[in-house]
Amino acid sequence: MDLSELDLDAARAAIAAAATADELAEVRKRFVGKKGAVGRVKESIKTLDAADRPKVGQAVNAFTAAVEEAVTAREAELGPTGPTEPSLDLTLGSHGRGRGHLHLVTQCQRELEDVFVSLGYQVAEGPEVEDDWHNFEALNFPPGHPARAMQDTLYVDLGEPEQVLLRTHTSPVQIRLMESQPPPIYAVMPGRTYRNETVDARHSAVFHQIEGLAVDRGLTFGDLAGTLETFVSAYFGKKLKSRLLPSFFPFTEPSAEFAITCVFCDGSGCRVCSNTGWIELGGCGMIDPNVFLAVGIDPEVYTGFAFGFGLERMPMLRYGVEPIKTFFDNDVRFLSRY
Amino acid sequence: MRVPLSWLHDFVPLEAEPRAIAEALDRLGLEVEALDAPGAEITGVKVARILEVRPHPNADKLQLCDIEFGDGTTTVVCGAPNVVNGMVVAYAPSGAMLPGGFKLEQRKIRGEVSDGMLCSSRELGLGDEHDGILPLNARTELGTDVRDVLGLHDVVFDLSVTPNRSDAMSIIGVARDLAAHFGLPLDVPDPSVDVSGDADMISVVVDAPDRAPRFTARSIGVAMGPSPEWMQRRLTLAGMRPISNVVDVTNYVMLERGQPSHAFDLDRLRGPGLVVRLANEGETLTTLDDVQRKLLPSDLLICDADRRPQAIAGIMGGAEAEVHHGTTGIVLEVAYFRPMGISMTSKRLGLRSEASARFERGVDPNGVLRASDRVVQLLTEIAGASVGPPAIDEYPKPIERERIRVRPARVAAVLGLPLDGTQVREALRPLGIEIADIATVGEDPDNFTAVAPTFRPDLTREIDIVEEVGRRIGLDSIPRTLPHTTEQGGGLTPRQRARRLVTDVMVGLGHSEAMTLPLIAEADVTRLGRTLDATVRATNALSADEPILRPAILPGLLKSVAHNASHGLADVALFELGHVFAAPPKDQLLPDERDHLAFVISGTVRRSPIEPDRPVDVYDATDALNAIVDALALGSVQTRAEDTAGFRAGRAAAIVVDDASIGTVGELDPSILDAFGATGPAVGFELDLGPLLAGSRRDQAFTGLSHYPAAAMDLAFVLDDSVPAAAVLATIRAAGGELLEDARVFDEFRSDALGAGKRSLAIAVRFRSPDRTLKDEEITKVRNACITAVAKRHGGELRS
Repeated sequence: MDLSELDLDAARAAIAAAATADELAEVRKRFVGKKGAVGRVKESIKTLDAADRPKVGQAVNAFTAAVEEAVTAREAELGPTGPTEPSLDLTLGSHGRGRGHLHLVTQCQRELEDVFVSLGYQVAEGPEVEDDWHNFEALNFPPGHPARAMQDTLYVDLGEPEQVLLRTHTSPVQIRLMESQPPPIYAVMPGRTYRNETVDARHSAVFHQIEGLAVDRGLTFGDLAGTLETFVSAYFGKKLKSRLLPSFFPFTEPSAEFAITCVFCDGSGCRVCSNTGWIELGGCGMIDPNVFLAVGIDPEVYTGFAFGFGLERMPMLRYGVEPIKTFFDNDVRFLSRY
Repeated sequence: MRVPLSWLHDFVPLEAEPRAIAEALDRLGLEVEALDAPGAEITGVKVARILEVRPHPNADKLQLCDIEFGDGTTTVVCGAPNVVNGMVVAYAPSGAMLPGGFKLEQRKIRGEVSDGMLCSSRELGLGDEHDGILPLNARTELGTDVRDVLGLHDVVFDLSVTPNRSDAMSIIGVARDLAAHFGLPLDVPDPSVDVSGDADMISVVVDAPDRAPRFTARSIGVAMGPSPEWMQRRLTLAGMRPISNVVDVTNYVMLERGQPSHAFDLDRLRGPGLVVRLANEGETLTTLDDVQRKLLPSDLLICDADRRPQAIAGIMGGAEAEVHHGTTGIVLEVAYFRPMGISMTSKRLGLRSEASARFERGVDPNGVLRASDRVVQLLTEIAGASVGPPAIDEYPKPIERERIRVRPARVAAVLGLPLDGTQVREALRPLGIEIADIATVGEDPDNFTAVAPTFRPDLTREIDIVEEVGRRIGLDSIPRTLPHTTEQGGGLTPRQRARRLVTDVMVGLGHSEAMTLPLIAEADVTRLGRTLDATVRATNALSADEPILRPAILPGLLKSVAHNASHGLADVALFELGHVFAAPPKDQLLPDERDHLAFVISGTVRRSPIEPDRPVDVYDATDALNAIVDALALGSVQTRAEDTAGFRAGRAAAIVVDDASIGTVGELDPSILDAFGATGPAVGFELDLGPLLAGSRRDQAFTGLSHYPAAAMDLAFVLDDSVPAAAVLATIRAAGGELLEDARVFDEFRSDALGAGKRSLAIAVRFRSPDRTLKDEEITKVRNACITAVAKRHGGELRS
């Protein structure tokens, strides 16, 4: 044990004499490194009596702290060390393509699904190719009914002529859901739909809808109107009003077209809402008793409501996307904008 | 349905402003698509007469018209085919204004000065008619403002009438709703006709009373001519073209009452009478529009007494017995036809008329005779009609009014509005619904029977009455409430969450989600090297060249890649998750419809100037696949080299989940890219998502993290080319057992020294024990076990 090795004066002199960062590092090693003075003293501590060890330990710690302090001070005096590395231009470029983009329709669909999930709804799906029963007849469109002419149907070469078709709306999912589970049912049904329409700026033969269905005891038209106001307010993040005007759909009665306060002008009138203060969104109504009878639900016990609208309509309104074909061209300049 | 305000005034004393009336119509469910004030934008247009039509010296299709307009004459250039000497027309001189802010100026047309122009209906904002110049009544005083002549000070509500509201296809029906809404009286006078004589000279035979439950006919002498100006004006405002007094009267009554009727020229019928029968197979009829129609036994015809077809019942008359300027006597037919039959025939023939639109919604069977009388009344007034005996009325089974039991408590419960019986009944009465049988013993004393008028065939059930009450009270005045959804928690299914995860992983990797159209061309399938067997097709697609329901998503993605390439965007990474379709499984009607996930990345991965750019390669595709497999925590997903149509030979592999092949990953065949118009290189995959999501999960039970040191080393083997790296790694993992923490290939090379068909794979392995520091001999043992296993299983030789 040679405590004289912990010579603070010698250490300070050596530190002061160091002219470069490298020399300083060498001096530091010589006094406080593992193989330096401190290292050697620490090794020899093991040989001491237990009673003597604390004293030596304290001396080592004090010496180490004093040397480190002097080194730090000398470092500051010497200033920045050695040849500096060239700095990197962080704006130069990138390693990859960055993040990709969810399709705008998917973004909108998810936002709406999430709002409804928070209201206690499930998300339901069904096939895009449907039979006449689910797409029309169970929804109270009898064969030959003029309401069938409201939807230009694309038929598929399966079964009897005009028995199998590309669903004209997401409403057949309502039927499948009610056929497969007892009430209460609260569900939204997003999906792809088809019409044999002439394509123009706002109409496409293929588009997406989202549909809502609630079946329970004691549901009222007031519940329908309240639900619409709640979800549009949640989606747009501000309190919006709904307007319901009587209309006709075979599968609901009473039926209504629903509009919401224009989100761009808060109802004061602008270009988007054609100065009406309202934006037409979709159709809704109370489930027609004939639909309940078709799926074996007692309309005297249960009432229900349904609503639906086009998914593309939301981003078309929000960002002015047009023509609707843009959604399906998959031009990366469009996809990467959202 | 175009409804002039002045016409409504015939039946209801409306005082509200047009805007307030339009708002009321919206609230009643009679949606106002447009509120037209055709005259508001018109100034300076006056009545003129054409003196002479002369050829234009420099244009075959144009003419010069010399006109006089009361206080002057001038010349205009006109391209309409129907101008003749003496015609009275609407003349817009230079300086006049037309709808749309269009100001007339004097200008030269093909070298000839045109001093303004002659107007068509459309140019005056009176509908779509643009085939010729609008003819005005020849007796109109020249120089008069056309707004006075055409009633352009009027306001027209252009209504979109829903299929359930047959009654609103008439002025009176719309007036009834408005009268109820504003609390005003509705006044519809009954037409009075003085009949004389015992029996009509004509005969009527109805062979198909189930299709024509009520059929009336009568013969009338008439003097043909134009209809009076007021009638022409109303018809024009309502969007119909005046033709002659007889035709105009039938149209006028149809618009007023919703009941179509048809006038046959008595002399052109073979035999004075009408027969209503179904068509014979192969029978034909040339309709008023000069089209020969092929008929089926399901089509209902109106024939003459000789049973020769003269009209397609309820849809369109025939050309043969059309009334003409020389007609002196007509047979007037007014009937009630079953809606379904009209709708079927009209749809099949692609022939829709104002009449068929009303019959297929359902006209009032008990209003037929009143409509016939109204036609006769007007013909007496304006066509010198000589009225004979009453109409022959074939109505063997009168159609009764619907009697609907109504529970006001139920009405209140569905609407969510406190209503009592009195409020419900008062809401219904102004709509023509009669109230009967209030308070039957043993039920709610508020209950009653609603007797629906036959002009409202849509009212048959209690729920229909609920809707009427809602309409009358205003759906918007119902207080907003929310359901109490306590029995069900909302949420996504595990499958829906997994799909979102897959999509999010792809987006995180830098790939963008695409949505391609599921209807594709046959060539899109065959180009990919697939057959059309087991594909499903649409039978009536508007774009007939794209009838196939996609059996795969890749063709759509490749088209999108081509679309981008054609816009100078060659480097794209697109994926799509969506349905694909195949022929139905045995004994099923609907196709086999599945979720597929497809991915294509093309062109160059741009990393310059930081690193060199490089073309995309198959590892860009397998990386994406592996990331999905990892995110889903799948345990057994492998790729197995396999040549597949659409992919480049030697650069494709089957995606295998739990030993079942669910898709392909690899480099797309350059010739196929070419066929789609895309430029390469491009790599990607397409897989069946269902079995992927259902694949067995890897063990994720947590066993603690070892604190003991690791032993890392590199092993290089010489192997046959045919041995996949994944197989070697799997062997090493098995041999290393629980001590093996990680193994990965870090180098591959071939050389002459190794020999043809051989390669070296260098593998970095890391061993670690969960509970101790590994001793040198333990490490040597497990290392040797790995080497031995690779040698035994794959013939791999350790490189020294």
